[in-house]
Amino acid sequence: MNAVTAKTTAAAGPQLVDSSMPKEKIAIRNLNFYYGETKALKAVSLPLYANMATAFIGPSGCGKSTLLRVLNRMYDLYPGQRAEGQVFLEGKDILAPGLDLNLLRARIGMVFQKPTPFPMSIYENIAFGVRLYEKLPKSEVDGRVEQALQRGALWNEVKDKLNANGLSLSGGQQQRLCIARTVAVRPEVILFDEPCSALDPISTAKIEELIDELKDDYTIVIVTHNMQQAARVSERTAFMYLGELIEFDETDKIFTSPNDRRTQDYITGRFG
Amino acid sequence: MDASLYAKRRRRNVLAAIASYSATFVGLTWLALILGVLFWQGFSGLSLRVFTEMTPPPGAVGGLLNAIVGSLIMTALAILIGAPIGILAGTYMAEYGRHSNLTSVVRFINDILLSAPSIVVGLFIYYVMVRPMGHFSGIAGAVVLSVLVVPVMVRTTEDMLTLVPDTLREAAASIGLPRSLMIRQIAYRAARAGIITGLLLAIARISGETAPLLFTALNNQFFSTNLNAPMASLPSVIFQFALSPYKDWQDLAWTGALIITLAVLAMSVTARSLAATRKAS
Repeated sequence: MNAVTAKTTAAAGPQLVDSSMPKEKIAIRNLNFYYGETKALKAVSLPLYANMATAFIGPSGCGKSTLLRVLNRMYDLYPGQRAEGQVFLEGKDILAPGLDLNLLRARIGMVFQKPTPFPMSIYENIAFGVRLYEKLPKSEVDGRVEQALQRGALWNEVKDKLNANGLSLSGGQQQRLCIARTVAVRPEVILFDEPCSALDPISTAKIEELIDELKDDYTIVIVTHNMQQAARVSERTAFMYLGELIEFDETDKIFTSPNDRRTQDYITGRFG
Repeated sequence: MDASLYAKRRRRNVLAAIASYSATFVGLTWLALILGVLFWQGFSGLSLRVFTEMTPPPGAVGGLLNAIVGSLIMTALAILIGAPIGILAGTYMAEYGRHSNLTSVVRFINDILLSAPSIVVGLFIYYVMVRPMGHFSGIAGAVVLSVLVVPVMVRTTEDMLTLVPDTLREAAASIGLPRSLMIRQIAYRAARAGIITGLLLAIARISGETAPLLFTALNNQFFSTNLNAPMASLPSVIFQFALSPYKDWQDLAWTGALIITLAVLAMSVTARSLAATRKAS
């Protein structure tokens, strides 16, 4: 799919019913982003499809993490950062003023580069997010905690030590705990910001497997430096360079016959 | 390799090591001497009576109960007043106003307050509180100590919260946690050991203050828990008794000094071990 068709599907909005087309969960349109005076994203437009993983690849500083952090408006935590343009989540512009950021972030979860367990027990790490939006009896919270840890492929390793501190787990386990924590809030979209760059190969394989399973229920967006990883886990890939979206297409197409010379150079390791 | 160059470097290293070791030794010697003298002079007077009887008139037997209770009351009140103000201000600086100009201004003023001579603070409270009230009082003593607590708590709270990594704040935000909840349930939890350490250091700092109390709580020969009346405290009793010509008063002053030192030592050790557990986790 090229940029032109991306635009037309975006215009059609979430009501799109053509069964041959994937459902568009998020539509980014003409997005510009600034760190103070520095322009980090230049007129980026692309769709993100439901039940698919979209990978953002590109050399360091190309704006892929910036783009990801626009999607849950994480940049709002810092002064001097601002976005212009539109990002539609099921037809509603999330860049519009007055939007409730906490509700947005409950719908769009995020997993970070470094595992970030909260300084509390494994159980509390998960239950914390559950209780934030739902008033549930203890038994039901227990169930949700188990469910989330199952989903994070961590249950079997921690079911006997739920009261242990989340920080006592290994790096790979901590990252799966963070994924479970994100899933427990029942978001619709999950953003992964280089989730494996601090992990060993075995943990990485587990996380990738997990991402693959999560596609059944969520829209996945993943930023990665690792092109094999992008090829393994994603259905769509966006190649970015110097703040611009160079190419967006089916992952197979990007990695076998990209349209743009720069994409070709990057995936063959000529730069970046 | 030039052998003479290496030999020269070795000689310099030996000299520097000798200088550092002797400096450390001299410093520690003074500390040991102070502790030794305190124990030598104060330990013999340490008995149950010290904790159960009032300060005596010259020539009579007695203890330090009124001074100990006065110190405890004023220190506790000072912490109750000063710690919340300091913690909240530090929280503003680290969490809400991290990038604002107001924070740099507050930090600058707070640093001045932190190093302000306590006698100046004492004079100030004397002027704004004791004089209008017309008499010395325990509450004025508590207030002057709380003014000394605030800058310590502001500093440690801001420092400890700044040490909490931003990634943790982002993680909290990413599940839709409002900032107030993030601060209360995540940031405070991550910084807890550090903030408690600051609290203990603040208590240690004010429990030895004498000058500001002489301007505010003054002293009291009798047992009193009335905050509206002059109140005894260990430092001011030590000051009064140590300067007196009476042998039994001087002995009590030594004992009081030993009690304060041991209490502060205990608190510092607790603070240290708390800081150590924080690093370990």
